[in-house]
Amino acid sequence: MSIEVVDIGSVPAAWTRRHLLDLESLSAEELNIILDAAVAFKEASGNCTQKLPILSGRTCANLFFENSTRTRTSFSLAARRLGADTIDFSSSSSSLSKGETFIDTAKNIEAMGIDAIVVRHRTPGTAQLLAQNVHCSVINAGDGAHEHPTQGLLDILSIRERLGRIEGLTVALVGDIAHSRTARSNIWGLKKLGAHVIVCGPSTLVSKHWEELGVEVAYDLDTILPRCDVLNLLRIQFERQTTRPFPSVREYALLYAMNHERLAQAKQDILILAPGPINRGVEITPDVADGPHSAILEQVTNGLAVRMAVLWLILGAGN
Amino acid sequence: MIPQEGNYAVRATRPILLEGGRVIDPSQSLDRITNVRLEDGRVAALDAIATGDEDVLDCSGKIVSPGLIDMHVHLREPGREEDETILTGTSAAVAGGFTSIACIPNTEPPIDTQATVEFIQHQAARADKCNVFVVACVSKNREGKELAELGHLSQAGAVAFSDDGAPVYDAELMRRALEYCRMFDKPILNHAEVRELTQGGVMHEGVVSMILGLPGMPAVAEDVMTSRDIALAEATGGRIHIMHVSSAGSVDLIRRAKARGVRLTTEVCPHHFTLTDECLRTFDSNCKMSPPLRGQEHVNACIAGLADGTIDVICTDHAPHALEKKMRELDQAPFGIVGLETALGLVITKLIEPGHLDWSTALAKMTINPARILGVHRTKGTLKVGADADVTVIDPDVRWTVDPAKFRSKSTNTPFAGWKLQGRADTVIVAGRVKHKVAAEGATADGRRTAKAR
Repeated sequence: MSIEVVDIGSVPAAWTRRHLLDLESLSAEELNIILDAAVAFKEASGNCTQKLPILSGRTCANLFFENSTRTRTSFSLAARRLGADTIDFSSSSSSLSKGETFIDTAKNIEAMGIDAIVVRHRTPGTAQLLAQNVHCSVINAGDGAHEHPTQGLLDILSIRERLGRIEGLTVALVGDIAHSRTARSNIWGLKKLGAHVIVCGPSTLVSKHWEELGVEVAYDLDTILPRCDVLNLLRIQFERQTTRPFPSVREYALLYAMNHERLAQAKQDILILAPGPINRGVEITPDVADGPHSAILEQVTNGLAVRMAVLWLILGAGN
Repeated sequence: MIPQEGNYAVRATRPILLEGGRVIDPSQSLDRITNVRLEDGRVAALDAIATGDEDVLDCSGKIVSPGLIDMHVHLREPGREEDETILTGTSAAVAGGFTSIACIPNTEPPIDTQATVEFIQHQAARADKCNVFVVACVSKNREGKELAELGHLSQAGAVAFSDDGAPVYDAELMRRALEYCRMFDKPILNHAEVRELTQGGVMHEGVVSMILGLPGMPAVAEDVMTSRDIALAEATGGRIHIMHVSSAGSVDLIRRAKARGVRLTTEVCPHHFTLTDECLRTFDSNCKMSPPLRGQEHVNACIAGLADGTIDVICTDHAPHALEKKMRELDQAPFGIVGLETALGLVITKLIEPGHLDWSTALAKMTINPARILGVHRTKGTLKVGADADVTVIDPDVRWTVDPAKFRSKSTNTPFAGWKLQGRADTVIVAGRVKHKVAAEGATADGRRTAKAR
């Protein structure tokens, strides 16, 4: 890996945020700043494979109170590509089991000289709670079913890369909308950038209330499929469900799995995303997941680019 | 009665003349400017004139009300003294204008025996702040399985029964409790919630919970249990009191049940007629309570229910929790907020000032109505001659800002911090003794010395 200093420019004046807690509160302009920066980082770092040590001397802490492989690795790698140091902290190795509160744990980590905390937690609002209680920057890497802003951004970046735009596209989020933070971040981001959003899934997992926010609510995938430019197939989050919202996985797959029969009913250039981890055979069949319409692996690269952009914007290069 | 000198006599109280206030006593449809004389711990006379032997309290510009009663207070002692004690809770009560409170038995241990009832009574007497009526458990150990000894508890002084914190879940147990309590003419106070529908819930289920990704507690969970309780009360002829009503559906069910003569009463808390689920957008655990803050249509229904008499009582559901417990992730933080020191200001600011309720209607819901439900209306909640000398003098115009740092309660878990309210208790008299007085500069003192003598 070669180390070369590439001038990525300075943080745009319109970017003033110290934290990234959600996409709901971001403007279209702010969303575009992140997406444009992600593209710039991707280009400048050889598809995110080379180092751009513009954050050297800074330290990011990953505070993951919930399991994650992809997101945590991606944030760590993004920080290291920018030359920052990273420390990892997970609940299994923490003193939470000794009765320490979440905020005390975070304050202790911060006291070690941390510039940014990347936090994942099973409870909505914890990133915000943390931002109110620490002085360093906070990046939400997923708070329960609330938001997962960098996932929303990388999904949107993947769509923009493949289809060249967001405005005017019809994007369907399919599956467990109720328990999906990815769905919420996608809805806010896509709506602000001018897409038409459909949420589709079993009626027990798709609230009618989404219509009040200008989102189309559908229960029958086959009727909406021919209109869709993008499908984002969300995982059924068994771990967040307190009661069984549908009779069986088999029935779910029958009604909502994206397979080659359904693909034949879709637009020729339909783009298929899945935030992962994917349940092959439940929301997507292997032939579709690995086929030409799928952007599942590009999403992973774009995740790195988005997280580099976010860290750079949040920590303000050169500060 | 002339005070005597000497150690013993210092304890005797001089008569008090409340002079020139607007006396509002809904128990006798009274609303006029007059004087009230208190003597020997009783209301001695209305329209009294000064005779020179009394302390005169100038009440001009103030409202003189029967002492306010809060029939839904969690005092936490015994068991959770880190949240509240009987001393701090009753201090908060008098500071908020309440001369009587009823304490809910979800303590550790729960109040389900004569001994625990008497423990509360003893601690309340030691605290010597306000009257404390004991609500005892419906079921042994508050487990919802077998009836507690409701007859013995009644003899010990329990005024009502409740397993609050949890609903009386078993329909057969509720039926038996309602039937059995007819013998003592005591009400069952029930927390109406179908748990299967609220499992894991943190807030009201609606658009806001959907956006925030927080597990919801749908209004129908309250409505279904309210409906069951109404049916059981109707079938048994027992007295049911639905606690802290918060949903439009429940208000409607109660309105219709009352119209056909079911022995049914109900209450609402200030947070349910002032706040909506939008407050949760900040993820503030001080907005987490059960039943939860609901949508505006539910708030409107609660106000309409208060206005048309469907809702009999305004109570606080004062639920203190130590700061460290509330400063947790939202799903880990306990349900509930403190309410004793903000309730009166919220009633005046949010119900009386906007014209939803007139003074007499509002005060009835904080005086004679709860007194009747608890069966203490001969001596409490009224200024009839001979009643206990419990009086709340209200300054209806004073504007003040809620500052939790000044609470007498041991806990500060309130969503109203920083709110600007109008009206509060100026002087609070319990059994003829001034227990709370707001001095001009806002400090308080022992009123026996500050009641202005002439």
